[in-house]
Amino acid sequence: MNRYPIWKNLMIGVVLIFGLLYTLPNFFGEVPAVQVSTARSSLKVDDDLEKRVLEILTSAKIENSGVVRDQASLRVRVKDIDTQQKARESVDRALNPDPKNPGYVVALNLLSASPKWLTAINALPMYLGLDLRGGVHFLLQVDMQGAVSKQIDATAGDLRTLLRQKKLSHGGVSREGDKLALRLRSEADRKQAQNIIRDARDDLEFAERTEGNDFWLIATLTAPARKSIQEEAIKQNIVTLHNRVNELGVAEPVIQQQGLDRIVVQLPGVQDVSKAKDLIGRTATLQVRMVAEGADPINPPPGVDVFPEIRDGQEVPHAVKKQVVLTGDRFVKASATFDSNQQPAVSVDLDSAGGLIMRDTTREYIHKQMAIVLFEKGRGEAISVATIQGEFSNKFQITGNFSAEDTTRLAILIRSGSLAAPMDIIEERVIGPSAVAENIQKGFNSTLWGFVAIAAFMCTYYMLFGVISTIALSANVLLLIAVLSFCQATLTLPGIAAIALTLGMAIDSNVLINERIREELRNGVSPQAAITAGYERAFDTILDSNVTTLIAGIALFAFGSGPVKGFAVVHCLGILTSMFSAVLVSRMITNFVYGYRRKLDKLGIGQIWKPGV
Amino acid sequence: MELFRIKKDLPFMKHALVFNAISAITFLLAVFFIFYKGLHFSVEFTGGTVMEVSYTESPSLDTIRAALEKTHPDIQVQTFGSSRDVMIRIPNKAGQGQKLSTQSSAVFEQTCQLAGGAVSSISSVSDKGIETTRQSCQSAQKTELSSIKRVEFVGPQVGQELASDGGMALLMVVIGIVIYLAFRFEWRFAVSAIIANLHDVIIIVGFFAFFQWEFSLPVLAAVLAVLGYSVNESVIVFDRVRETFRNSRMRGLSVPEVLDHAITSTISRTIITHACTLMMALSMFFFGGPTLHYFALALAIGICFGIYSSVLVASPLVMWLGVSREQFIKPQKQKDEAVV
Repeated sequence: MNRYPIWKNLMIGVVLIFGLLYTLPNFFGEVPAVQVSTARSSLKVDDDLEKRVLEILTSAKIENSGVVRDQASLRVRVKDIDTQQKARESVDRALNPDPKNPGYVVALNLLSASPKWLTAINALPMYLGLDLRGGVHFLLQVDMQGAVSKQIDATAGDLRTLLRQKKLSHGGVSREGDKLALRLRSEADRKQAQNIIRDARDDLEFAERTEGNDFWLIATLTAPARKSIQEEAIKQNIVTLHNRVNELGVAEPVIQQQGLDRIVVQLPGVQDVSKAKDLIGRTATLQVRMVAEGADPINPPPGVDVFPEIRDGQEVPHAVKKQVVLTGDRFVKASATFDSNQQPAVSVDLDSAGGLIMRDTTREYIHKQMAIVLFEKGRGEAISVATIQGEFSNKFQITGNFSAEDTTRLAILIRSGSLAAPMDIIEERVIGPSAVAENIQKGFNSTLWGFVAIAAFMCTYYMLFGVISTIALSANVLLLIAVLSFCQATLTLPGIAAIALTLGMAIDSNVLINERIREELRNGVSPQAAITAGYERAFDTILDSNVTTLIAGIALFAFGSGPVKGFAVVHCLGILTSMFSAVLVSRMITNFVYGYRRKLDKLGIGQIWKPGV
Repeated sequence: MELFRIKKDLPFMKHALVFNAISAITFLLAVFFIFYKGLHFSVEFTGGTVMEVSYTESPSLDTIRAALEKTHPDIQVQTFGSSRDVMIRIPNKAGQGQKLSTQSSAVFEQTCQLAGGAVSSISSVSDKGIETTRQSCQSAQKTELSSIKRVEFVGPQVGQELASDGGMALLMVVIGIVIYLAFRFEWRFAVSAIIANLHDVIIIVGFFAFFQWEFSLPVLAAVLAVLGYSVNESVIVFDRVRETFRNSRMRGLSVPEVLDHAITSTISRTIITHACTLMMALSMFFFGGPTLHYFALALAIGICFGIYSSVLVASPLVMWLGVSREQFIKPQKQKDEAVV
């Protein structure tokens, strides 16, 4: 008798129910929604915001059918597109009283229309790649060498200051490629210099070189220091990119690190490449300018700009000279710290060129006011206006009546205005709406017709066993889509091609089984025994053949990029689900059909031809 | 229905030399074309810009080409899919750096001026309720003349890397499969399976070189997927070979006869499976549109040659490498095959 123990049937049933549950959200489609996210780092998406948005909607008499909130955004589901437009307008008007300086980004988006209980068990529709939803994709190469180089310049300035403070006379610090060379007069000076520097910094390695009367001390950044500079640089660039992308009001931007030195930016729904590129490619949005003292901020004279400073929720206008002292690309570091009086302060590092400019400026303008202006959305905001207390160069502190929160925010704002390292766009893809529609339709059609052709063939050639194989193949589609939805793996057009190909390959297991059963029958084995032997003998072969396919899939995943990776993920997952469905699901059905019959003389597996008959 | 009514084992091994000669010739031809004609690599490998512009009315390609050639001498303009969709390829020129990535916008503006319109940025809400902003080429009457359907720009750094990554992936697949087969069967099987299937890969690539079809990343994925897939074929035949060697009733068979028997008893399954997978590949070829065109083509060729090579090339190779019954009898593993 061919029967599965109850636990096995139950297990297969549970897996299939899992498959059904997690595939389900893909059928509900999507409904329009309004998405609110913050445009400034100081604002948060929290309960208060949710309450506020809901109040706004109630007062505007707009019905909503649920709110979804994650860390970065809040989405409100609405009935139809008209309501969506209305809701966006009213929320935007209420949340951003000053349209020139919005605190929140209010955008149109889509939400899954699946019922709440499905969302509650984390059953979400598949995550579509850019080629199936449209938008732009950029791959940015971060110039790591540039980041390190900037740091080396800054270090040169630090060493000069350090030796000056310790009153050690030297013959200058010069840069030789990635190395800093210090010329000293004697062996003893060199020892002392090394000790001084070593006490102050732990990120330098030293070597010595002696040429006649010149005693050189060669300092290089240690490998871990380099690594941390590069990690910091890429992190800061990502933060900066986030701030800039926020300006576009994109519903679901993706900004991720890829590999060691690359950043992927994907902006679904955006097709305006030139604007996006302009924003991403912009280098400095931070400027240091001198305050035009005595100028009237209400009625500015020529050569003076007016920028507001937001302090305690109040806008204070400042008249600032048009002449730019420094731009954001001269900034190396900005972090919240405490000054010598234990008051919160922001410590800022400039590169060496910036330091030179700053020294000249501070000498000339001592006790005058200096403003740091951050440009967002083409509009300047004075994020700090401070009095120059003394002459300084590449390292300084901004102090004032700050709270620790203020300094953190100021440091973030300064950092956001500068890129830690220059970036280049090395890959760009734009997928227009017509290409999206075509991709989805063609991908779907080719899978569908391929499936139909295979099903038709299997059913005519293997009769009932062909039907069982087709059901198993459908179970495979179900499980594959469920797993893809569950993992939220990105589905792309190559991914759809992989689904199709995997189905074409998965049928192999059932062909193997069916052929084995026929062969056993041909050899005169009884039908029940033929089923058992067919499944058992075929299993080894199925395992072998799937392992080789899987090896290819894994190699593709490991070394592939972009479209190939999308293909490989689906391919590998498909092989795994096919093992389950082709062997276990089809056997379970076969058992239900034949396993309980005591007397069985014939199997519905098509005609069995025997040689010599 | 039974398609394969084979009374006696087919004498494949008698013609082993013929099969090997055929495959040697195809292989050499493929290698010759790969070196003589070279591959027509897609923009992913060579770097450059490819853009598709859809027009509302079929434009004149010659006018577009003539106008664009002034600024970009190596430009290629052709229709893609329909006569209203125009594909423009611009190779990367050395020393342009950051500027390369802005080419597409400039070229779109140029083509737009040719059509007598101006580029503007329009925002619209789709019927599903998602906002898109895109560049559109509009006439003075505000009717759309053309729009960008797709742009792909690949910088010079990326192409090199993709090529070497592709090579690495191929190498890993080969090593992985050889190790697995050697562990599961015997080194002779592993070596002949991989040789047979690598010769497939070369033949597929040879086709792409001969017809100058575009060799893109998805094609590479297809080639590697097919490699993994057709190794199966050899595995299944070898499985039978091992089973036959161990079968005491088949003691009297010589090595070529064992191979013949193994191939004959699996041939129906081989052809049916491949036919099914081929149906899928053809479905992608016919319904998948231009994006999946070459991907499906590579699969289809791979599947057809997969049958040939993994059965008719790998088996003779095993024979030449000197497989024998003793290699399988040694660890007398009696598997209990009782039927309940």
